[in-house]
Amino acid sequence: MPETVVAPPAASTIAVDPSTPVATAPLLVTPLNALHRELGARMVPFAGYDMPVSYPAGIVAEHRHCRKAAALFDVSHMGQIRLVGADAAAALETLVPMDIAGLPAGKQRYAFFTNDTGGIDDDLMVTRLPAQAGSSDGGDLLLIVNASCKQADLRQLQERIGDRCSIQPASDRALLALQGPSAAEVMFRLDPASSAMSFMTGRLLTLGGIDCFATRSGYTGEDGYEISVAAEDAERLARLLLAQAEVEPAGLGSRDTLRLEAGLCLHGHDIDASTSPVEAGLTWAMQKIRKPGGARSGGYPGASVIEAQLADGPPRRRVGLIGVARAPVREGAALFDAAGKPIGRVTSGTLAPTVDQAIAMAYVDGPALPLDTELFAEVRGRKLAMRTSGMPFAAHHYHRG
Amino acid sequence: MTVKYTPDHEWVEVTGDDGIAVIGITEHAQNALGDVVFVDLPEVGATFAAKDIAGVVESVKAAADVYAPCSGEILEVNEGVRADPALANSDPLGEGWLFKMQLSDLTEFDELLDQPAYDELVKNS
Repeated sequence: MPETVVAPPAASTIAVDPSTPVATAPLLVTPLNALHRELGARMVPFAGYDMPVSYPAGIVAEHRHCRKAAALFDVSHMGQIRLVGADAAAALETLVPMDIAGLPAGKQRYAFFTNDTGGIDDDLMVTRLPAQAGSSDGGDLLLIVNASCKQADLRQLQERIGDRCSIQPASDRALLALQGPSAAEVMFRLDPASSAMSFMTGRLLTLGGIDCFATRSGYTGEDGYEISVAAEDAERLARLLLAQAEVEPAGLGSRDTLRLEAGLCLHGHDIDASTSPVEAGLTWAMQKIRKPGGARSGGYPGASVIEAQLADGPPRRRVGLIGVARAPVREGAALFDAAGKPIGRVTSGTLAPTVDQAIAMAYVDGPALPLDTELFAEVRGRKLAMRTSGMPFAAHHYHRG
Repeated sequence: MTVKYTPDHEWVEVTGDDGIAVIGITEHAQNALGDVVFVDLPEVGATFAAKDIAGVVESVKAAADVYAPCSGEILEVNEGVRADPALANSDPLGEGWLFKMQLSDLTEFDELLDQPAYDELVKNS
């Protein structure tokens, strides 16, 4: 069999990757790079960063540990951007179809930047920072954006709303995600204030004497926290968390299998500049006030396209698929109906460690199909049967308080 | 008994002089793949020319083709590894074997890499 190339699913120092040719830009590193290497991580380039895809335990073990106890991910490659000023929320509303002006202090929302054709340029998390987090008038917003879109997002923000608020990328901060049913217990041990947090809220915490800003949210479907910390404190915090009995490190490989089981989209794969939020099934994230009939409807890029699809239905829909057999069906596989007609394409897929089946996300043309409709994915010249499924594939365990 | 290797990180073991070979992936291959979650084995009775794709070993992240190292006919496949793909990681040289072939041309086997040549290949990769 050939040398496997591990596909990479989707700051302050620069490391030279000795295996890349001179003409390629050197990889960036997060503040935890040395720690990953010390732990024996298998490193891969991802979004221009030298990142751990897995540790010696391997993707499957790391995935299972997350759902059983607590997994620690380094997601410092993602962009953390602060929008400062009284007009920040109203300004951001011109770029996302979400209610940001009405987002209370300390609350977090899922959002996406739309474009003129109604597609999704990036998805992100938005938190209205509470006053104690240095938010001058309770108006500052913290955006967490995808690493691969970070530079484009910053440019867009600067160009479109840079005159209405101050755009401040936090290049001196790291981001750690602690995810799993034991995450809350670990966090409580280090700062009891963490247990008062419900899903999608954020506040300052002090973990082992280290100040950080944490939200109770994540990308795995489990209860957990995403912790923003100063770069110079990141390794100390990571070691403190890893020292807790429940916690094991986990890399980007298991992060991808976890989010796919949880039915969460990965930008660049399940959503992109050509997919509308209606096609993607993400209109739940658009609050009523921004939808047709709401007081602040429209006013974001592609609104007319999105509103037309809300009224008439989208031309295609994102669906979940479960394989009848165990063969994984991966991104790019063509889909056919029972009559052999091409009807769509798989955007993400794997053999899922917890649900223990081949699962996938795909776009299927035409009206919504009933659950358990049989479709066929072309894999290595053969048609493999799959059934449409609801998502998530693995139940969520968010702490709704 | 002779064990030889392909440049694609498969081992090929011929025990007697009957031209029956057992084939699997090497330690280097299983390590590069990561957790094997699915194995696609050839049909018993199928015939292949050397370097035809005979099967696939899939990890969480990628699918890797398994090539027929030599020309021949599939005699048996390892149902054990089909049922428990993790054997390809934990015991790639033993219980994780993939399939057995009746080789049709033993000179093809002779032309495969011996242990020192394979070790050199791995060292330089």
